[in-house]
Amino acid sequence: MRATESAITAEGVRKSYAGGVDGAGLNGFDLRVPAGTVCGLLGPNGAGKTTAVRILSTLLDLDSGHASVAGFDVRTQPRRVREHIGLVGQYAAVDEILTGRQNLVMFGRLNHLSSTAAGRRADELLERFSLTETGRKPVGKYSGGMRRRLDLATSLIVTPLVLFVDEPTTGLDPAARREVWTAIRDLVDSGTTVLLTTQYLEEADRLADRISMLRAGRVVTEGTPEELKSAIGGDWLDIVLAEPADVAATAAIAARVASGEIHLDGGARRVSVPVDRRTRALVEVATALGDAGIEPADITLRRPTLDEVFLQLTGDPPATPAGGATPAAHRSTTTGSATATEASRAAGGDARRAATTTGPTTATEASA
Amino acid sequence: MSTTTSPLPGRSPLSRAGWALTDAWTITRRDLNHWALRPGAVIVGWAFPVMIVLMFGGLFGGAISVPGGGGYFEFLMPGMFTMTMLFGLETTMTAVATDASRGVTDRFRSMPMSASAVVLGRCAADMLNSIVGLSIMIGAGLLLGWRWHGGPAAALAAVGLLLLLRAALLWAGILIGLVAGGPESLASVQILVWPVGFLSNVFVDPATMPAWLGAIAAWNPLSATASATRELFGNPGWGGESWIAQNAMPMAVVWPLLLTAIFLPLSVRRFRRLGS
Repeated sequence: MRATESAITAEGVRKSYAGGVDGAGLNGFDLRVPAGTVCGLLGPNGAGKTTAVRILSTLLDLDSGHASVAGFDVRTQPRRVREHIGLVGQYAAVDEILTGRQNLVMFGRLNHLSSTAAGRRADELLERFSLTETGRKPVGKYSGGMRRRLDLATSLIVTPLVLFVDEPTTGLDPAARREVWTAIRDLVDSGTTVLLTTQYLEEADRLADRISMLRAGRVVTEGTPEELKSAIGGDWLDIVLAEPADVAATAAIAARVASGEIHLDGGARRVSVPVDRRTRALVEVATALGDAGIEPADITLRRPTLDEVFLQLTGDPPATPAGGATPAAHRSTTTGSATATEASRAAGGDARRAATTTGPTTATEASA
Repeated sequence: MSTTTSPLPGRSPLSRAGWALTDAWTITRRDLNHWALRPGAVIVGWAFPVMIVLMFGGLFGGAISVPGGGGYFEFLMPGMFTMTMLFGLETTMTAVATDASRGVTDRFRSMPMSASAVVLGRCAADMLNSIVGLSIMIGAGLLLGWRWHGGPAAALAAVGLLLLLRAALLWAGILIGLVAGGPESLASVQILVWPVGFLSNVFVDPATMPAWLGAIAAWNPLSATASATRELFGNPGWGGESWIAQNAMPMAVVWPLLLTAIFLPLSVRRFRRLGS
């Protein structure tokens, strides 16, 4: 293994698409991923996540800037880079007609293993990814989760120094998603550096050591999940109401103690308030609610979720994984105007509407 | 966990070429595995031209008088061999477009293997497919009463011309497959294969067509190969006084070389530009 401080480095990488096709470009993209860590690249659709991965994995040329992977320049030494990377794409890039084992043997041969070594490695990987039984069936008959695990196994035939995982669980059900997460975590334990792109905050929170948030082709903020959560201010006060009609009045009361934007969820009858002074805010709000004759179903203090960080920093609502693993992924943000409340109530619990207005202080300012 | 490392690739051009050939063979074997796992698809591909022969033999056999007399199959078979080479284009296009859209091409490109191996492997697999298809057609022709009348050398030369045309169409297939981006968008191209096949001297004498249409049909590369193979097999042909009809034999070599000269650089360029 080649000793490098950072396994992935990108400095001022720019890429634009003349026709505007095939996703978003990069606009001064910077990234440093220390060897042996997992970096989560988080951002909405079109932020440039896939473009970044394609450039770093030598599939796409960059317009300007500099990028190196495992110590080799992606532009001048693409072949050396390819010797050290694995790529797991959004689409399981395996042959559908061949069996799982035939796929592994073929890619093993293309990695220049002898045919016995390729066969042995295929069996090892099938066992490790719990695919031994299905290994002799054509991939076309695999479930989504099995296919993604095979894709991951294929990327690990020759143990890569750096593994790129591009939206590994898009379109998977919750059970399959957990299977893939377990597989990635095991891999990280063995020392591989991982760059993971995802739209799912829960995924980044679970897998990544550090998270870089991407917006419009550049990293807007970077840190550990915990740092990002504290960056948007202290704790949150969640008030769940018994009566939907009380949401607007509650938001008005909560605004007095809020240290940032208040999030309204009309469908869930929930008001979420960022607060600095925890206990005092709790007492103040509880008292004011009592004075106003509002009886909340529940009041809790909690740490912010990455959803809230995402919303604060990118202004875009994050995606909810199919199957709804993050219960409070979408929130309406408002100062508490009656119309927004009406709108979100009318829209119902599923189609929540985001009506964003400025709170007393925005979190970005607060953290700056 | 066990760790596997790849043997360091050789840096000398010779060892690189060796790896490129090994890799190409791995890619070719992948297609052979496809045949074994999904025999239906490949068998239908091989049976399809036989079906066309039976259909056209039955439909037109009685209606079209063959130049110089003799059975319709005597006349039809060399043209249908040529059509079989054209149908091979669809195999290439579909395979290339499917790999590109499913991310398999990207995986190949992210591996430390030479790009030429991917293309070479594809070519070898498709040529093998067409050789089997052509053998089946020759067998079917023999069963239906078609014979070659020249010597074995002339017959082999005819087969050589047919495969030369197929090899030229490979590059067109690779280019179209890469441009299409997915097998779904190939439907329109597949429909166009038919007019290209019919606008030739394969079924009908171009002299009986309106002048402009006849000229297009006569200059169709398929016509040169069909005429040349009819001549080499000693089967009846349309003849004709035009320059192109008189020079079918050299043109059956020139056309495929010209098509290769156009489509090979274009498809290589397209493959390289997947990264830009």
